[in-house]
Amino acid sequence: MAVATRSLLDVERLTISYEVNKRWIPAVRDFHLQLRPGQIVGLVGESGSGKSTIALALMHYLSNNGRVERGGQLRFAGEDLLEKSDAEMRRFWAKRIKFVPQNAGAALNPSIKIGPQVLETLRAADGIDGDAAYDSMMRVFHDVRLVDPERVAQRYPHELSGGMQQRVTIAMALISNPELLIMDEPTTGLDVTTEAAILDLVRGLIAERGTGVIYISHNLGVIAQLCERVIVLYAGEIMEEAPVLDLFQAPRHPYTIGLISSVPTPGQSKRAAPLQSIAGNPPALTSMPGGCVFAERCAWAIDICRDKRPPLEELADERAVRCHRWEELSPTLNPSPKVREGLADVKAPLPSSWGKGPGDGGASGETLMQVSDLSKHFPVVRSVREHLARAAPSPIRAVDGVDLHLRAGRTLGLVGESGSGKTTLARLIIGLEERSGGKLELLGMDVRNHVRDRSQDVLSKIQMVFQNPQNSLNPYLSVRQAIRRPLIKLRGFSPADADAEALDLLARVNLRPEYADRYPDELSGGEKQRVAIARAFASDPDLIICDEPVSALDVSVQSAVLNLLAALQDEHGSAYLFISHNLSVVGYLADTIAVMYLGQLVEVGEARELFQAPYHPYSEALVSAIPVADPRHTQERILLSDDLPSAQNLPSGCRFHTRCPRKIGDICEREEPPWRRGDAGHLIRCHIPLEELTSLQSGSIPLPEIE
Amino acid sequence: MAQYKPAESGDVSRLLAALQGMISAQLRHPQSAAGTLAVAFFLLLALFGPQLAPYPKANDQRHDPRVPPTLDIGAFKLGEHPFGTDRLGRDVYSRVILGAGSIFRIAGLGTLISVLAGSALGLFMGYQGGWVDEVIGRVIDALLAIPALLLALVLVGIIRNLDFEAGSWQAALADNVILLVISLLYIPIVARVARSTTLDIKTREFVEAAEIRGESKFYIIFREILPSVAPSLVVEASLRFSYAIFLVASLGFLGFGARPPSPDWGLMVNENRGGFYQLTPWALEFPALAIAILVIAVNLMSDGIRRAVQKGA
Repeated sequence: MAVATRSLLDVERLTISYEVNKRWIPAVRDFHLQLRPGQIVGLVGESGSGKSTIALALMHYLSNNGRVERGGQLRFAGEDLLEKSDAEMRRFWAKRIKFVPQNAGAALNPSIKIGPQVLETLRAADGIDGDAAYDSMMRVFHDVRLVDPERVAQRYPHELSGGMQQRVTIAMALISNPELLIMDEPTTGLDVTTEAAILDLVRGLIAERGTGVIYISHNLGVIAQLCERVIVLYAGEIMEEAPVLDLFQAPRHPYTIGLISSVPTPGQSKRAAPLQSIAGNPPALTSMPGGCVFAERCAWAIDICRDKRPPLEELADERAVRCHRWEELSPTLNPSPKVREGLADVKAPLPSSWGKGPGDGGASGETLMQVSDLSKHFPVVRSVREHLARAAPSPIRAVDGVDLHLRAGRTLGLVGESGSGKTTLARLIIGLEERSGGKLELLGMDVRNHVRDRSQDVLSKIQMVFQNPQNSLNPYLSVRQAIRRPLIKLRGFSPADADAEALDLLARVNLRPEYADRYPDELSGGEKQRVAIARAFASDPDLIICDEPVSALDVSVQSAVLNLLAALQDEHGSAYLFISHNLSVVGYLADTIAVMYLGQLVEVGEARELFQAPYHPYSEALVSAIPVADPRHTQERILLSDDLPSAQNLPSGCRFHTRCPRKIGDICEREEPPWRRGDAGHLIRCHIPLEELTSLQSGSIPLPEIE
Repeated sequence: MAQYKPAESGDVSRLLAALQGMISAQLRHPQSAAGTLAVAFFLLLALFGPQLAPYPKANDQRHDPRVPPTLDIGAFKLGEHPFGTDRLGRDVYSRVILGAGSIFRIAGLGTLISVLAGSALGLFMGYQGGWVDEVIGRVIDALLAIPALLLALVLVGIIRNLDFEAGSWQAALADNVILLVISLLYIPIVARVARSTTLDIKTREFVEAAEIRGESKFYIIFREILPSVAPSLVVEASLRFSYAIFLVASLGFLGFGARPPSPDWGLMVNENRGGFYQLTPWALEFPALAIAILVIAVNLMSDGIRRAVQKGA
């Protein structure tokens, strides 16, 4: 490791333990880190890898049941933080070390207006008050590009959008000019468009101020776009450490390789190659293996890996890797397509549809579902004043006149920011929400409004996989009970047959038979989602609605679930309506993609069309905002303002005109744009003709090349 | 119609494990362990009172009246009349032991009825929602607006003064009027707890998963929702039990509960207050002490149950 010229943060041999049932269990072992001023170091890891624990320990702010073990060193600007008392640390926290949390909404005090809250930080840091303080608050609000800072200061936190709240917490952190900034997943809960804006902001601000930043994330794309150095964590240990370019171009550790190749890049499709996935789950803190912590999931593990813990070896070029076999593996470790194929052989068998073009698969499939002019207007309760004035408030138009067409055995991807109405649309189709208007036909039959009015036959034909695996299984029913119920209920199986079939379904989602008698709290997130998928497939449905099925899962588990969905579709011929805010994921799985904005569709087309011009200006902004897990990939982002207009008070004309970067004039505000028809059924709803869009947009978003 | 499946063996072992966890969590906190032990002790008295009491007849007036307590804690001696005798020559020790039975029967049964009926009502309201929930909810609010003791007194007063044919069901009802009153008072309270938990659970995705496979309301309420609501119902039940004991004792004291000469604690306190207190203070103090200890013990136990349940949740 090269000695940094002037080290801001110097961490050596940091081991952090938590007390659980009167035993101290190490959560992070042997962590080290060097940070220079102005440098952004990324910590990547999945849930449970110890990244948030490290963040707290670096601030010397562990809870009472956590401690840093003796022998560790934590020096900040030459001072030993581990020796400081809480009272002494408070001075550091007030001014020199700042923290930006994941959930800004919960971090801001809901009962204090933004202005006083931020000013209090300043008072604690520098003892400044009055006009001078107000002026510097306005300056920092301006720096974080808060629109209309004077009014923001007058508002309460709940009156701001998530993106604006996060800007405020960043402003609060920066206002005291800290030397060290720790950001714990600050963009995880935000939409891609907002995330892109915040990332740009952080990058710019750090370059200006020379603050050292530790950026924690599970999202490789974000890390690739932002950080200078990256530390990859797994089960509380550093697996690999490298400058960002080296890490993404030539990863050395099998875990890093697995992580990088399990994320779909924009434009990658299931037809080209399956995603690589890492089998298994991280070890529990209480039962750490004696050897390499990753050995159990590593495809290259040999005896020594299981017996002896590998040291963190320092390599040339400021890199380090913790692996016994990195040297002998390194020539083969480049994630070239050939190695990927080899890897795929080791893992689950491929569905036979891989390699098929979009035309030769289910293109001839008959129409499965036809949705016409579907809408859902949630009524708004009238206020007393409105009662007196006999005025009816306009309803919230969550879904407003959507036409969709889905062919049997195909996947329709639905994308859009939160608040675009995609989940409501899914709930209308499944019948959990009653539609206000429009028609829904399944195989030519009219489908009743609410799920309670639907026949057994229709129920068994449409099933759903929910977003949150935590809540989608009943904690008091075993896996067997969860899966056999739809078999008995919808397919009329006898209990004995249902038991046999349930085991068969488990096998098809790659779970061993002993899982049948487990309860949801004994399963990991990925396993729960597999059970939920098995349950959805139990009735042998023609259509499965997947509402963000992988967004709550870790990256390495996510790809396995996506592969599973693709394989099961191939086997059963079921169609998917796949909803996600993650365009790469949708692009990977979908044949057709529909983009939704404020209750309406704005673009529909073949999946690969979404990633090339012409785009609808909204899709263009979405695609440009994707953080690509490749540091070489620099793109001109099209930044949108944070504020999605309210669905109760929709903009006139084109709904996107308030945020559209390509607005051409009054016509956008006055008239609803027409649907413009492109090649191969590609539809875009915009006032700008397609040829013009193409020439405006061609080359503006270079996508990484996909081998 | 749903085919309701009896719990499978897995469920039973899970239930036992949960129960075991609850007990061990109780024991970890000395206060709740003491409370639980005290409740268990009183339960023993209630179950085996007639066997344990030296003079198991309720109105046994054969002793000398006004004998002071012979209990000597320092010397571990009970003596002839540990708690003394009252002015009619009844052994107070025996009467206190016998009184445990009636209080457990009325308060326990009343709690059981109100928890069963209240949970069913609350689950139904919460799941159904809409105007059903609105109407029942308002009725419950109205009931809760009346002070519990006042309502109890009015009801007992009315029902006691009605004349029923001996042996008819109305007469049987009138004999158990306190039980009826406790159930009536606590059903709305339990229903409200069950309803609010149901409102939370019913938005979970596993309930929606049951809806989209066309399960009946009955199945969804009892098989999908009830297990998740049960922990908060257990806590509420233990709380209701302590209030019920208090209510039974209060009614007895006010003369609206059990009738003399039955060995009811509240009644005993009432019978020995005023001028009699100077004469035989022990005849009042020991039943009063029994009420106080039992109520505190039940409260400590319910604290422990709440802690155990919340930890598990």
